[in-house]
Amino acid sequence: MTTTTISLSGNPKRHRRERVVKRIFWASAAVSVLISAAIVMSLIGRATTFFVEVDKSSLVDIGWFPRRGLYDLLTPLAGTVVVSLLAMFVAVPLGLGAAIYLSEFARPRVRRFLKPILEVLAGIPSVVIGFFALTWLSPNLVQRVFDSAGIFSMLAASIGVGILITPLIASVSEDALRAVPTSLREAAFGLGAKRSETVRKVVFPAAISGIVASMILGLSRAIGETMVMFMVGGAVGGGIRELNPLRPGTTMTAAIASVATGSDQVVGEGLTFESVFALGFLLFVFTLVLNTVSDRFVRRARERY
Amino acid sequence: MASRANPVDTATVVREALIGKKAGLRGMAFELAMLTLLLASLLVLVLLLADIIGGALPTFRSRGLDFVTSSLSLNPDTAGVATGIIGSFGISAIVALVAFPIGIGAAIYLEEYATDSAATRFISTNIRNLAGVPSIVYGLLGLALFVRVVDLVGLGGQTSGKNVLAAGLTLAVLVLPIVIITASEAIRAVPGSIREAGFGVGATQWEVIRHHVLPSAAPGILTGTVLTLARAFGETAPLIVIGVATGFFGAAANASMFDTVTGPYTALPVVVFSWSRQSVGEFADTLAPAAIVVLLFVLFIANTTAIVLRNRYDKRW
Repeated sequence: MTTTTISLSGNPKRHRRERVVKRIFWASAAVSVLISAAIVMSLIGRATTFFVEVDKSSLVDIGWFPRRGLYDLLTPLAGTVVVSLLAMFVAVPLGLGAAIYLSEFARPRVRRFLKPILEVLAGIPSVVIGFFALTWLSPNLVQRVFDSAGIFSMLAASIGVGILITPLIASVSEDALRAVPTSLREAAFGLGAKRSETVRKVVFPAAISGIVASMILGLSRAIGETMVMFMVGGAVGGGIRELNPLRPGTTMTAAIASVATGSDQVVGEGLTFESVFALGFLLFVFTLVLNTVSDRFVRRARERY
Repeated sequence: MASRANPVDTATVVREALIGKKAGLRGMAFELAMLTLLLASLLVLVLLLADIIGGALPTFRSRGLDFVTSSLSLNPDTAGVATGIIGSFGISAIVALVAFPIGIGAAIYLEEYATDSAATRFISTNIRNLAGVPSIVYGLLGLALFVRVVDLVGLGGQTSGKNVLAAGLTLAVLVLPIVIITASEAIRAVPGSIREAGFGVGATQWEVIRHHVLPSAAPGILTGTVLTLARAFGETAPLIVIGVATGFFGAAANASMFDTVTGPYTALPVVVFSWSRQSVGEFADTLAPAAIVVLLFVLFIANTTAIVLRNRYDKRW
């Protein structure tokens, strides 16, 4: 009689395959870190070159004309502030109203019908919203209300950007409202509160973290949005510092895009090429800060219940 | 005391208050205001579609499918979107080939292998942050990196790297974080008992993933990837930065395969953009909305596919 010993360590080929597979997946996850590093490095190098070599007096000038050596950073910054704030004036009431109605008032069947429509709006590419802002919003809304507005204005672009971020604000704040436990609503009803009182005094305050997060996220998206402003904002190629929303203006994103669409594309005089990366770097930092803050708020909301 | 003098009133007040739903005038006004805001956002969609379809109708009525199959042209009577469609599908193919394997692989690592360590948390935070980076910044990355890499490896062609390959890589990187996030969610939805059953019969980790986790998560992953492709299909800004052709170009009649792939290109949303800023009225007035209709049609098909896939294969545990 011979005794056979069975190896419990298993097939070595199988073990090797396990290790190889795991390493492949690890490498794919590491790619995302590489991409971040690549973004930061590609931006920071040229942005530094720009800030070191630029004639400092041209950083504060009458306007942003990179091809002529005028790099007034306040011009695209002012445009971005004006457009994104006005866009918030459009998107916050619309998005929040839609979220409150869908979450607190709509019957399930109505909600199942209306919510997908809002999602369709979310899926519309920004170039299409830009076209709509140019061909409909600007002549039929902005120009009709304000005689002094031209076909290209920051206001028309703001409304377009507002439409673009409305579904985002609506969906994130609806999630926040729905995350409020039903027991809180029932407690309010039990105390004799009406539905609208419950919404305003109980549900809304309880969901405030998530609602603030949705607004910050919307603001971040508005700052990073390019096509609407580029198509309707006017000021292609450069512009004078402008705070009046009825006049054309340029944002950081539109300034980057318009340097790229010049006849010579992104090769201009002197530091034109680098200036675009300086703007991109600022844009990257702004949105990163906003997204991190928004993330904080979402997490705080999640921890509460 | 008013309430004691009129007990019937008190009962009514208490009953009304306890029902809760019964809204007073202010309550009704509030509900109405919220509904108005919701309907206003939906009205925007209706206006948008009406504006675009109204503008597009003449083109489709007079040209029909000819508009879809014709190439770019300087003559508004013969210009079509075929060049843009080909470019967009070329870019999407590269996005699918590059972003999906890496994205799904990363999701598998994060959900199935990674332990809750500082490194893992760093990678997850990093992915969330990448998803929030504006698309035009990815364009700058593409310009600084992919256009050069494509040119360096000899695939630059006559555009010295400003071609479909660089565009595909740029958009692949742009959607990668979204692919990872949606694939992770789909994998996370597979219950742990499925994995434990696999381990229990002696399967290795990879075998459990390959034969149990991935098949169960496939519908969710597929839905997510289709939606991601739709997102990439509509992107315009990063392409503009990395030198997509925003004007007219024509392919030489005897161009080789290499020249066509590495030559100038355009994409459907870019065609919309460049036509809407043309000075010849017809391009902006009737051709651009017609191109938008084609673009929205493609996105509609993609979204419907995703919904059908989700409904057909969605598993409830």
